[in-house]
Amino acid sequence: MNAPVAMTKPLALLDRGGDFPILSRPIKGRRLVYLDNGATTQKPQSVIEAETAYYQQSNANIHRGVHWLSQHATDLYEQGRESVRRLLNAARREEIVFTRGTTEAINLVAFSWARANLKAGDEILITGMEHHSNIVPWQLVCAQTGAHLRVAPVTDSGELDMQAYRSLLGARTRLVGVAHVSNALGTINPVAEVTRLAHEAGALVLIDGAQAVAHKVVDVQALDCDFYVFSGHKLYGPTGIGALYARYAILKDMPPWQGGGDMIHTVSFEESTYADVPQRFEAGTPNIAGVVGMDAAIRYVQDVGLDAIAAHERSLLELATEELLSLGGLRIIGTAAQKAGIVSFVVDGIHPHDLGTILDTEGVAIRAGHHCAMPLMTRFGIPGTARASLALYNTEEDVAALAAALRKAQKLFGVGR
Amino acid sequence: MNDQHSDLRELYQEVIFDHNRNPRNFHAMPDASHVAKGHNPLCGDQLMVYAKVEDGIVQDVSFVGHGCAISTASASLMTEAVRGMPIAEVEALFNDMHAMLTEAQPEARDFGKLEVLSGVREFPARVKCATLAWHTLHNAITQARDTARTE
Repeated sequence: MNAPVAMTKPLALLDRGGDFPILSRPIKGRRLVYLDNGATTQKPQSVIEAETAYYQQSNANIHRGVHWLSQHATDLYEQGRESVRRLLNAARREEIVFTRGTTEAINLVAFSWARANLKAGDEILITGMEHHSNIVPWQLVCAQTGAHLRVAPVTDSGELDMQAYRSLLGARTRLVGVAHVSNALGTINPVAEVTRLAHEAGALVLIDGAQAVAHKVVDVQALDCDFYVFSGHKLYGPTGIGALYARYAILKDMPPWQGGGDMIHTVSFEESTYADVPQRFEAGTPNIAGVVGMDAAIRYVQDVGLDAIAAHERSLLELATEELLSLGGLRIIGTAAQKAGIVSFVVDGIHPHDLGTILDTEGVAIRAGHHCAMPLMTRFGIPGTARASLALYNTEEDVAALAAALRKAQKLFGVGR
Repeated sequence: MNDQHSDLRELYQEVIFDHNRNPRNFHAMPDASHVAKGHNPLCGDQLMVYAKVEDGIVQDVSFVGHGCAISTASASLMTEAVRGMPIAEVEALFNDMHAMLTEAQPEARDFGKLEVLSGVREFPARVKCATLAWHTLHNAITQARDTARTE
């Protein structure tokens, strides 16, 4: 009852910008205000050092050399797998397959599991807010198998229409693909409920965790999903590395999708036999340094604490939402009750690309466009949005810089208040 | 810092705002002799360019679509510039415009009103916004039936 007025503005809880060297480099003479974390996150010094140290101290090929360095590199690589297992709370290390990223992980499931298991008339059900990478691989598989792609619609607030989703689930549904967090809107989907309903209908579930793993605690056993995919570079790790979690009982029976070294048991010109999982899906020399860097990134976020990161980003999201709406002449696209740190918006009279350019001259980096979610933009009747996406190193000052830059853009274009 | 802001003013000149707010020749043309669709897959900008060519001369030209201020103003200015021009001259202007927008030191030429687009040079990420309409017109009058791309 005696709450002081000053408490109405939430406080940023973390102060970790100093861990990220790039944040101290000026952009065009201005402090970098990096709000394009949905595209990729910056890397802490510990990740940069881990990759450097790997090449300085540990580089060798894995799973084949008898020499010490090869064994050492193999140990680091497998330690990275254990790190991913812990991050997702998977039951077994063998359930983790390294990929180039989220996109490749989804393609792996599409071209291994789906191509082998789907037949004409089967259905894959996705949502209207999927990234192109959780749409196009299924279209490719549908074209090859005669299966059909179904889409559960999105409500005006940017939430999954659960009633429509239930009605689209049926005996023909074999797989449900759903984003844990929408990259374009920030909506956190009720993936545990989505999974429970899918399982009741006899379908498997793939969750696209690209926008989730760096922002909240993920537990694949609690979610009970069959596949979970993510990228290292959106988790403060290097580009070109990511992972697929697949339930062991399913993964062990999946056929290879890429052939080569490292994935075989025996090879003759007549016939080859394949390695056990997960090696069966890791043909060729993998991105070993990437795994080491991602391992360091996972340790970093666990050290900071994913619950602390989630709380920090939630308070900044509330602040950003309030500041942006106070500008006037601005509409937020995606107003779901459950949101991660993403604000997508359109400004009356200014195209998102013009906004992106003007904000850039203020040192504020945002994304402008369709966010690889063109069907979602069509659903909202807009060509694209401007998107500010938050990370653990963002501050209230960053949010204030965003609002100030938007005010300048409105002034330049002669719109707004 | 000041450089940045003067570059921004160079990019967003009053003429650009004027053509963005009130694009000229902004309509479909049912009796056009040449039509092409332009699409920038990176930003989703889409437009249609229509031309009526008689005796090798662009008698009329128009466009419809949606895009940013740069792309809309460029299309609008283009329709004003090429009306009444022989096709060969339109093609020469297309090449010169491309050079003006993309090269550090383009050949000297009087671009007239189109000069306002030259500020785009300082913003490499936006060059494609300015060239989309020109690529599309080029495709329309050279009868290329495919969608024009800036890629």
